[in-house]
Amino acid sequence: MDAVIGFIQAIPLDLLIIQTVNGIVTGMILALVASGLTLIFGIMDVVNFAHGELFMLGAYLGVIVVAATGNFWLGLIMSALVVAILGAALQVVTLRPLIGRDPLNTILVTFGISLILQNYALWQFGTVTRKITEPISSYFTLFYLQYPWYRIVVTGLSAAIIGGFWLFLKYGKFGVWIRATTQDRVMAQAMGIPVPWVFTGVFAIGAAMAAASGVLFAPLGGVAPTMGLDWVLKAFIVVVVGGMGNLGGSILAAILISLLEAYASIWVDPSRAVIVSFVVLILTLLFRPTGLFATPK
Amino acid sequence: MTRHTKIYWAGFAVLMAVLIVAPLVLPEFWRRFLTEVLIWGLLAMSSDLLIGYTGMVSFGHSAFFGLGMYGAAAALLMVSPPNLWLAIGFGLIGAAGAALFVAYFSTRLRDIYFAITTLIFSQIFYVIIFTWTKVTGGENGLIFTRPHFSIPLLFDIRFTSTTLHWFVLAVVTGSYLILRRVTQSPFGMVLQSIRENEARTRAIGYPVQRYKIVSVMLSGIFAGLAGVLYAVQNEFAAPDFVYFVTSGDTVIFNVLGGIGTLVGPIVGAGFFQLLRELMSRVFGEQFPYLIPLGFIFIAMIIFLPQGLLGFARRWLNK
Amino acid sequence: MNAPAPSSEPLVQVENLHTYYGKSHILHGVSLHVGRGEVVGLLGRNGVGKSTTLKSIIGLVDASQGQVLYEGQSIITTPAHRLARRGIAYVPEDRRIFRYLTVMENLRTGLDRGGVTEERKAALLDKVFTFFPVLAERRGQAGGTLSGGEQQMLAIARAMMLEPKIILLDEPTEGLMPRMVSQIAQIIELLHNENVAILLVEQNVPLTLAASQRIYIMEKGCVRHHCAASELDVHHPLIKQYLGV
Repeated sequence: MDAVIGFIQAIPLDLLIIQTVNGIVTGMILALVASGLTLIFGIMDVVNFAHGELFMLGAYLGVIVVAATGNFWLGLIMSALVVAILGAALQVVTLRPLIGRDPLNTILVTFGISLILQNYALWQFGTVTRKITEPISSYFTLFYLQYPWYRIVVTGLSAAIIGGFWLFLKYGKFGVWIRATTQDRVMAQAMGIPVPWVFTGVFAIGAAMAAASGVLFAPLGGVAPTMGLDWVLKAFIVVVVGGMGNLGGSILAAILISLLEAYASIWVDPSRAVIVSFVVLILTLLFRPTGLFATPK
Repeated sequence: MTRHTKIYWAGFAVLMAVLIVAPLVLPEFWRRFLTEVLIWGLLAMSSDLLIGYTGMVSFGHSAFFGLGMYGAAAALLMVSPPNLWLAIGFGLIGAAGAALFVAYFSTRLRDIYFAITTLIFSQIFYVIIFTWTKVTGGENGLIFTRPHFSIPLLFDIRFTSTTLHWFVLAVVTGSYLILRRVTQSPFGMVLQSIRENEARTRAIGYPVQRYKIVSVMLSGIFAGLAGVLYAVQNEFAAPDFVYFVTSGDTVIFNVLGGIGTLVGPIVGAGFFQLLRELMSRVFGEQFPYLIPLGFIFIAMIIFLPQGLLGFARRWLNK
Repeated sequence: MNAPAPSSEPLVQVENLHTYYGKSHILHGVSLHVGRGEVVGLLGRNGVGKSTTLKSIIGLVDASQGQVLYEGQSIITTPAHRLARRGIAYVPEDRRIFRYLTVMENLRTGLDRGGVTEERKAALLDKVFTFFPVLAERRGQAGGTLSGGEQQMLAIARAMMLEPKIILLDEPTEGLMPRMVSQIAQIIELLHNENVAILLVEQNVPLTLAASQRIYIMEKGCVRHHCAASELDVHHPLIKQYLGV
């Protein structure tokens, strides 16, 4: 035990704080991605395999709009809107026919969609990584680093989007519809709530969240057709660790995993730091398979 | 002998005859193509045990396939002269180990969660293989020479593409017969009961999780066998095959060909590879063949969920 | 307000309805009708298909054969949420209020419809809170925290939010104390006075006979007897035959 304490004390405090900040930044983006996924699963019982591709498409749309107009925020909004519409269309065409069938069909179909979207992106955009320049290029001094303000802005925005959605769910008219549909789909219909359209709306919102995360992330990491798979994988881990269908749990899990990975990066190569998330997953499955933060509901 | 049995085995015999004669009349390219279709078919067939008979969709077969491949590679590199049987042995053990690991964790969760966790676990294996460069060759993979077909003290012959094809055919056919026996055995009946109604099967008193674990392991072992065959045919092992795409392809073969038929997935694999070959010949190598294939895949799930051979499902299982 | 249709045309007409649950044949050709503003009772033992009949009308169960007409038009393929907006409200057995929504939110699921002015919404809420003062008290509480009787009132109030022409009431008095049972009887009468039709499925024979104008009795998936409520009483041999133990 003393050895562990000594080990931790040997880490310079400034490095620890920097990694904490980094962890929270990626954690919030991951939370936004995972929220969309959890939403779609919790309300519609659909595992959206194509979520990562929607994230990726969002990023590319951001690249295109920013290149055309020079305005990052316009890119963010347009990307979210376009992907929301695309998501709605996809849901109506491919998922609605499957309502009432074995939920495994929806995994297969969304997998098929992810195939098409990813290969389309590869075909259209090629493998060269694109970049978007940060809309805010100022820095502040964090110990010995020049830390970009943009990263803080991203964190705040992600939190704002998630928070905004939570408020919408709690107070808006459609929020009541969504919650009623989640609790009792049959009675929601009997009350005149157009459940098939609620599902379409939810899928569109989830897709928009994915797209927004993609655009927000783009200046930090670059845009490539394969970026979707890595993120959706992490998002799945987050969703399982946080508890399927548990929005608050997903957010906490996203931050926890990102923090742990950021700390791990102090010692190991970032490409290996990802093993941390695997370990957390395995531990969760061993000891609390319903999710670390699962609450009864 | 019932009429069904007679027709079934007659059909089987005809098909075998065609596949045996094929390499003798086909040009080299198509000979190798056919052999590869059989190997992918074996992989897809192993997955069918889970999807079609136990009702569990797995996205983790790339791990089993990959470990079979790397296991074989290890044997072929460690022992000189390279030994076929050792390669098979190592490959099967590697795949079984991966399957046990995956099964232990994933079978705790039902349905959708099972699919996700198999995906995550197979990616874990990918990351390990990709980054553990010292042992696995990392990004570049491993290269080795093809072993001879030898039985000690009896004979030792090199494989030609034709004799290799026959060897693969024998292994795949044997696997099919074994899997068919398994699905028709009492064990297989319990698996199907789990697929139909897991809660009820458990209520009757069957240790469902144990059956699931065995099912995953069997599935993993045959997937590993496919990996071994692939290594032997192509003389290299690469992390690309452990990447998710292989798992995805496997599921596609299953859905296209028809789940729950064992042969269906082989047909699905063939159909997929043929379409891909056709498209690259007509539209060029760079054509993203997966886009139209993706559309076909989705259309099949919505309109023809039983797959190409689905209509024959009951007949094939009798 | 729409001009009332001639009183001779029934509001809801069910003709020769057959339904299946998997391979089980549940409804064997049920026929009945409910006129505007009428209270019609549907009696029968457990499992004879009363609830299924109601569910078929609101579109929550698919029929394999037969017809359901509403205001003269076929609604057999119309989805449930459209029927709810056209004036058919359903209050199921075991109430099924939204447990995690507040009382107010439960009411809002029916209130928030297109084409309803804010004044009308306020008036509706007023009416319902007058009918059910206890709901006004508890409007901010989660539905699941209400007692059984209060949940039943909420379920009916929620249905009233749709301003329905007909309410399909499935066993509203089940599991309620006698005091609440008489309250339900009062509510049914109040609704009847507002010209809302009611198709009442019940096990409580005296309440049903008192509240209804006509009675259908079902057995094994079809209607066995149909008459005016006044022709029956609790001791009638038919009641003993189809509902006796």
